[in-house]
Amino acid sequence: MVPITTTHYLVVAAALFVLGVIGVLTRRNVVVVLMSIELILNAVNLNLVAFSRMWGNLHGQVFSIFVTVDAVAEAAVGLGIVIAFFRNKETVNVDEIDLLKW
Amino acid sequence: MNPAINTALNSNLDSTTAGMAPVGTPYFFYALAALAVVSGFLVITRRNVVHSALALIVTLLSVAGLYLMLYAPFVAGVQIIVYAGGIMVLFLFVIMLVNIERSYKERRFNRIWPVGLGAASALFALFIFAFAKGRPLFPDRMMALPESSNTQQIASMLYGEAGRMGQYTFAFEIASLLLLVAILGAVIMTKKKI
Repeated sequence: MVPITTTHYLVVAAALFVLGVIGVLTRRNVVVVLMSIELILNAVNLNLVAFSRMWGNLHGQVFSIFVTVDAVAEAAVGLGIVIAFFRNKETVNVDEIDLLKW
Repeated sequence: MNPAINTALNSNLDSTTAGMAPVGTPYFFYALAALAVVSGFLVITRRNVVHSALALIVTLLSVAGLYLMLYAPFVAGVQIIVYAGGIMVLFLFVIMLVNIERSYKERRFNRIWPVGLGAASALFALFIFAFAKGRPLFPDRMMALPESSNTQQIASMLYGEAGRMGQYTFAFEIASLLLLVAILGAVIMTKKKI
Protein backbone atom coordinates (compact mmCIF):
# COMPACT_ATOMS: atom_id res chain seq x y z
CA MET A 1 0.00 0.00 0.00
CA VAL A 2 1.23 3.44 -0.90
CA PRO A 3 2.31 5.44 2.16
CA ILE A 4 0.42 8.66 2.76
CA THR A 5 2.48 11.64 1.62
CA THR A 6 1.95 15.38 1.70
CA THR A 7 0.45 15.30 -1.78
CA HIS A 8 -2.41 13.09 -0.56
CA TYR A 9 -3.39 15.73 1.97
CA LEU A 10 -3.03 18.46 -0.65
CA VAL A 11 -5.44 16.65 -2.98
CA VAL A 12 -8.03 16.27 -0.20
CA ALA A 13 -7.66 19.95 0.66
CA ALA A 14 -8.02 20.90 -3.01
CA ALA A 15 -11.24 18.86 -3.23
CA LEU A 16 -12.67 20.59 -0.16
CA PHE A 17 -11.60 23.97 -1.51
CA VAL A 18 -13.29 23.37 -4.87
CA LEU A 19 -16.47 22.16 -3.17
CA GLY A 20 -16.50 25.41 -1.22
CA VAL A 21 -15.97 27.44 -4.38
CA ILE A 22 -18.85 25.62 -6.09
CA GLY A 23 -21.07 26.38 -3.10
CA VAL A 24 -20.15 30.06 -3.13
CA LEU A 25 -20.73 30.39 -6.88
CA THR A 26 -23.94 28.40 -7.27
CA ARG A 27 -26.06 28.39 -4.11
CA ARG A 28 -28.71 31.05 -3.54
CA ASN A 29 -29.09 30.79 0.22
CA VAL A 30 -26.59 33.14 1.83
CA VAL A 31 -26.24 30.93 4.93
CA VAL A 32 -25.03 28.07 2.73
CA VAL A 33 -22.65 30.50 1.03
CA LEU A 34 -21.14 31.33 4.44
CA MET A 35 -20.86 27.60 5.20
CA SER A 36 -19.02 27.13 1.90
CA ILE A 37 -16.57 29.82 2.97
CA GLU A 38 -15.98 27.80 6.13
CA LEU A 39 -15.21 24.80 3.89
CA ILE A 40 -12.67 26.88 1.97
CA LEU A 41 -10.95 28.06 5.14
CA ASN A 42 -10.82 24.47 6.40
CA ALA A 43 -9.10 23.40 3.20
CA VAL A 44 -6.52 26.14 3.76
CA ASN A 45 -6.00 24.96 7.33
CA LEU A 46 -5.47 21.38 6.18
CA ASN A 47 -2.83 22.57 3.71
CA LEU A 48 -1.04 24.56 6.40
CA VAL A 49 -0.97 21.67 8.86
CA ALA A 50 0.20 19.23 6.16
CA PHE A 51 3.08 21.54 5.23
CA SER A 52 3.89 21.98 8.91
CA ARG A 53 4.27 18.20 9.12
CA MET A 54 6.33 18.12 5.94
CA TRP A 55 8.91 20.62 7.20
CA GLY A 56 8.90 19.43 10.78
CA ASN A 57 8.20 22.78 12.42
CA LEU A 58 5.13 24.31 13.97
CA HIS A 59 4.77 27.56 12.04
CA GLY A 60 2.01 26.10 9.90
CA GLN A 61 0.00 25.01 12.92
CA VAL A 62 0.31 28.44 14.54
CA PHE A 63 -0.80 30.05 11.30
CA SER A 64 -3.77 27.69 11.05
CA ILE A 65 -4.89 28.95 14.47
CA PHE A 66 -4.82 32.50 13.10
CA VAL A 67 -6.90 31.35 10.12
CA THR A 68 -9.40 29.87 12.59
CA VAL A 69 -9.61 33.23 14.39
CA ASP A 70 -10.30 34.85 11.03
CA ALA A 71 -13.04 32.32 10.28
CA VAL A 72 -14.72 33.06 13.61
CA ALA A 73 -14.68 36.82 12.99
CA GLU A 74 -15.99 36.35 9.45
CA ALA A 75 -18.81 34.07 10.59
CA ALA A 76 -19.90 36.44 13.37
CA VAL A 77 -20.00 39.53 11.15
CA GLY A 78 -21.47 37.66 8.16
CA LEU A 79 -24.30 36.14 10.15
CA GLY A 80 -24.99 39.54 11.74
CA ILE A 81 -25.35 40.99 8.26
CA VAL A 82 -27.69 38.10 7.31
CA ILE A 83 -29.95 38.80 10.30
CA ALA A 84 -29.99 42.55 9.64
CA PHE A 85 -30.80 41.97 5.99
CA PHE A 86 -33.51 39.41 6.71
CA ARG A 87 -35.15 41.88 9.08
CA ASN A 88 -35.38 44.49 6.33
CA LYS A 89 -36.02 42.46 3.20
CA GLU A 90 -37.54 39.14 4.35
CA THR A 91 -35.20 37.15 2.12
CA VAL A 92 -31.83 35.41 2.37
CA ASN A 93 -31.29 34.74 -1.34
CA VAL A 94 -28.15 36.26 -2.77
CA ASP A 95 -29.71 37.03 -6.15
CA GLU A 96 -32.37 39.15 -4.45
CA ILE A 97 -29.75 41.15 -2.57
CA ASP A 98 -29.15 43.64 -5.37
CA LEU A 99 -29.64 47.07 -3.82
CA LEU A 100 -26.26 48.27 -5.04
CA LYS A 101 -26.78 46.94 -8.58
CA TRP A 102 -28.26 49.26 -11.20
CA MET B 1 16.18 -5.78 35.85
CA ASN B 2 18.81 -7.68 33.93
CA PRO B 3 20.67 -5.12 31.78
CA ALA B 4 20.79 -7.45 28.80
CA ILE B 5 17.02 -7.79 28.82
CA ASN B 6 16.73 -4.07 29.27
CA THR B 7 18.81 -3.26 26.20
CA ALA B 8 16.98 -5.93 24.27
CA LEU B 9 13.66 -4.33 25.22
CA ASN B 10 14.97 -0.91 24.24
CA SER B 11 16.21 -2.06 20.87
CA ASN B 12 12.91 -3.82 20.34
CA LEU B 13 11.06 -0.59 21.15
CA ASP B 14 13.32 1.37 18.82
CA SER B 15 12.77 -0.99 15.97
CA THR B 16 8.98 -0.86 16.41
CA THR B 17 8.68 2.91 16.77
CA ALA B 18 11.27 4.02 14.23
CA GLY B 19 11.27 1.07 11.87
CA MET B 20 7.75 1.00 10.54
CA ALA B 21 4.63 3.09 10.49
CA PRO B 22 1.56 2.10 12.49
CA VAL B 23 -0.47 -0.62 10.81
CA GLY B 24 -3.44 0.39 8.73
CA THR B 25 -2.80 4.15 8.73
CA PRO B 26 -3.60 4.57 5.00
CA TYR B 27 -7.06 3.06 5.53
CA PHE B 28 -7.82 5.63 8.23
CA PHE B 29 -6.62 8.38 5.93
CA TYR B 30 -8.76 7.25 3.01
CA ALA B 31 -11.82 6.76 5.22
CA LEU B 32 -11.51 10.22 6.80
CA ALA B 33 -10.79 11.89 3.46
CA ALA B 34 -13.77 10.20 1.79
CA LEU B 35 -16.02 11.16 4.71
CA ALA B 36 -14.85 14.78 4.52
CA VAL B 37 -15.36 15.08 0.76
CA VAL B 38 -18.73 13.28 0.68
CA SER B 39 -20.18 15.35 3.51
CA GLY B 40 -18.69 18.48 1.95
CA PHE B 41 -20.62 17.56 -1.18
CA LEU B 42 -23.78 17.17 0.92
CA VAL B 43 -23.21 20.64 2.40
CA ILE B 44 -23.55 22.33 -0.97
CA THR B 45 -26.35 20.16 -2.37
CA ARG B 46 -28.93 19.68 0.40
CA ARG B 47 -32.16 21.65 0.10
CA ASN B 48 -32.69 21.88 3.85
CA VAL B 49 -30.16 24.28 5.37
CA VAL B 50 -30.14 22.42 8.69
CA HIS B 51 -29.02 19.26 6.86
CA SER B 52 -26.23 21.29 5.28
CA ALA B 53 -25.11 22.45 8.73
CA LEU B 54 -25.09 18.88 10.08
CA ALA B 55 -23.09 17.67 7.07
CA LEU B 56 -20.65 20.53 7.67
CA ILE B 57 -20.18 19.31 11.25
CA VAL B 58 -19.28 15.84 9.90
CA THR B 59 -16.77 17.45 7.53
CA LEU B 60 -15.19 19.45 10.35
CA LEU B 61 -14.89 16.40 12.59
CA SER B 62 -13.25 14.30 9.88
CA VAL B 63 -10.82 17.13 9.12
CA ALA B 64 -10.02 17.14 12.84
CA GLY B 65 -9.22 13.43 12.49
CA LEU B 66 -6.88 14.27 9.61
CA TYR B 67 -5.14 16.80 11.89
CA LEU B 68 -4.62 14.05 14.44
CA MET B 69 -3.04 11.90 11.73
CA LEU B 70 -0.71 14.83 10.98
CA TYR B 71 0.43 14.90 14.63
CA ALA B 72 -1.33 18.20 15.36
CA PRO B 73 -3.46 17.41 18.44
CA PHE B 74 -3.83 21.03 19.53
CA VAL B 75 -5.16 22.16 16.15
CA ALA B 76 -7.52 19.17 16.17
CA GLY B 77 -8.85 20.22 19.57
CA VAL B 78 -9.29 23.81 18.43
CA GLN B 79 -11.08 22.53 15.35
CA ILE B 80 -13.58 20.52 17.37
CA ILE B 81 -14.16 23.12 20.10
CA VAL B 82 -14.21 26.32 18.04
CA TYR B 83 -15.60 25.13 14.72
CA ALA B 84 -17.86 22.20 15.52
CA GLY B 85 -18.78 23.62 18.91
CA GLY B 86 -18.91 27.38 18.48
CA ILE B 87 -19.34 28.39 14.86
CA MET B 88 -21.85 25.67 14.01
CA VAL B 89 -24.06 26.61 16.97
CA LEU B 90 -23.97 30.18 15.67
CA PHE B 91 -24.98 28.95 12.21
CA LEU B 92 -27.83 26.87 13.59
CA PHE B 93 -29.08 29.85 15.61
CA VAL B 94 -29.20 32.01 12.50
CA ILE B 95 -30.90 29.25 10.49
CA MET B 96 -33.61 29.11 13.15
CA LEU B 97 -33.99 32.90 13.09
CA VAL B 98 -34.46 33.24 9.34
CA ASN B 99 -37.34 31.23 8.00
CA ILE B 100 -36.44 28.09 6.15
CA GLU B 101 -39.90 26.95 5.09
CA ARG B 102 -39.82 29.29 2.14
CA SER B 103 -36.59 27.82 0.80
CA TYR B 104 -38.15 24.37 0.36
CA LYS B 105 -40.20 25.61 -2.56
CA GLU B 106 -37.48 27.65 -4.22
CA ARG B 107 -34.64 26.85 -6.56
CA ARG B 108 -31.48 25.84 -4.73
CA PHE B 109 -29.01 27.08 -7.33
CA ASN B 110 -28.88 30.38 -9.15
CA ARG B 111 -29.35 30.74 -12.87
CA ILE B 112 -25.70 30.74 -13.85
CA TRP B 113 -24.76 27.60 -11.94
CA PRO B 114 -23.20 25.85 -14.98
CA VAL B 115 -20.70 28.70 -15.25
CA GLY B 116 -19.74 28.39 -11.59
CA LEU B 117 -19.47 24.61 -11.84
CA GLY B 118 -17.27 24.85 -14.93
CA ALA B 119 -15.01 27.46 -13.39
CA ALA B 120 -14.61 25.45 -10.18
CA SER B 121 -13.89 22.25 -12.13
CA ALA B 122 -11.23 24.10 -14.13
CA LEU B 123 -9.75 25.25 -10.80
CA PHE B 124 -9.64 21.65 -9.54
CA ALA B 125 -7.98 20.49 -12.75
CA LEU B 126 -5.42 23.26 -12.31
CA PHE B 127 -4.73 22.13 -8.74
CA ILE B 128 -4.23 18.51 -9.77
CA PHE B 129 -2.01 19.56 -12.69
CA ALA B 130 0.12 21.70 -10.40
CA PHE B 131 0.44 18.90 -7.82
CA ALA B 132 1.37 16.36 -10.50
CA LYS B 133 3.92 18.70 -12.10
CA GLY B 134 5.29 19.94 -8.80
CA ARG B 135 5.62 16.53 -7.17
CA PRO B 136 9.39 17.03 -6.53
CA LEU B 137 8.62 20.24 -4.66
CA PHE B 138 6.67 18.28 -2.04
CA PRO B 139 9.16 15.80 -0.58
CA ASP B 140 7.77 12.45 0.48
CA ARG B 141 9.51 12.56 3.83
CA MET B 142 7.34 13.33 6.83
CA MET B 143 9.35 14.94 9.61
CA ALA B 144 8.72 13.59 13.08
CA LEU B 145 7.04 16.19 15.24
CA PRO B 146 7.15 15.76 19.03
CA GLU B 147 3.48 15.10 19.67
CA SER B 148 3.64 15.13 23.46
CA SER B 149 4.96 18.72 23.68
CA ASN B 150 2.91 20.05 20.75
CA THR B 151 0.69 22.35 22.80
CA GLN B 152 3.64 23.62 24.84
CA GLN B 153 5.65 24.50 21.74
CA ILE B 154 2.71 26.29 20.11
CA ALA B 155 2.21 28.24 23.34
CA SER B 156 5.85 29.29 23.49
CA MET B 157 5.65 30.48 19.88
CA LEU B 158 2.46 32.42 20.59
CA TYR B 159 3.14 33.83 24.05
CA GLY B 160 6.93 33.61 24.32
CA GLU B 161 8.83 31.90 27.07
CA ALA B 162 11.13 32.89 29.95
CA GLY B 163 10.02 36.52 29.81
CA ARG B 164 10.83 37.03 26.14
CA MET B 165 8.20 37.76 23.52
CA GLY B 166 7.46 34.88 21.21
CA GLN B 167 7.72 34.98 17.45
CA TYR B 168 3.98 35.43 17.02
CA THR B 169 3.08 37.42 20.14
CA PHE B 170 2.43 40.63 18.21
CA ALA B 171 0.31 38.79 15.63
CA PHE B 172 -1.60 37.19 18.50
CA GLU B 173 -2.45 40.62 19.93
CA ILE B 174 -3.56 41.82 16.50
CA ALA B 175 -5.82 38.75 16.28
CA SER B 176 -7.40 39.62 19.63
CA LEU B 177 -8.04 43.14 18.31
CA LEU B 178 -9.68 41.61 15.22
CA LEU B 179 -11.97 39.55 17.44
CA LEU B 180 -12.91 42.64 19.45
CA VAL B 181 -13.81 44.52 16.26
CA ALA B 182 -15.81 41.52 15.02
CA ILE B 183 -17.79 41.34 18.28
CA LEU B 184 -18.59 45.05 18.15
CA GLY B 185 -19.51 44.82 14.46
CA ALA B 186 -21.83 41.86 15.02
CA VAL B 187 -23.57 43.56 17.94
CA ILE B 188 -24.06 46.85 16.09
CA MET B 189 -25.19 45.04 12.93
CA THR B 190 -27.95 43.17 14.72
CA LYS B 191 -29.23 46.05 16.85
CA LYS B 192 -32.59 47.44 15.74
CA LYS B 193 -31.80 51.03 16.71
CA ILE B 194 -28.29 52.31 17.29
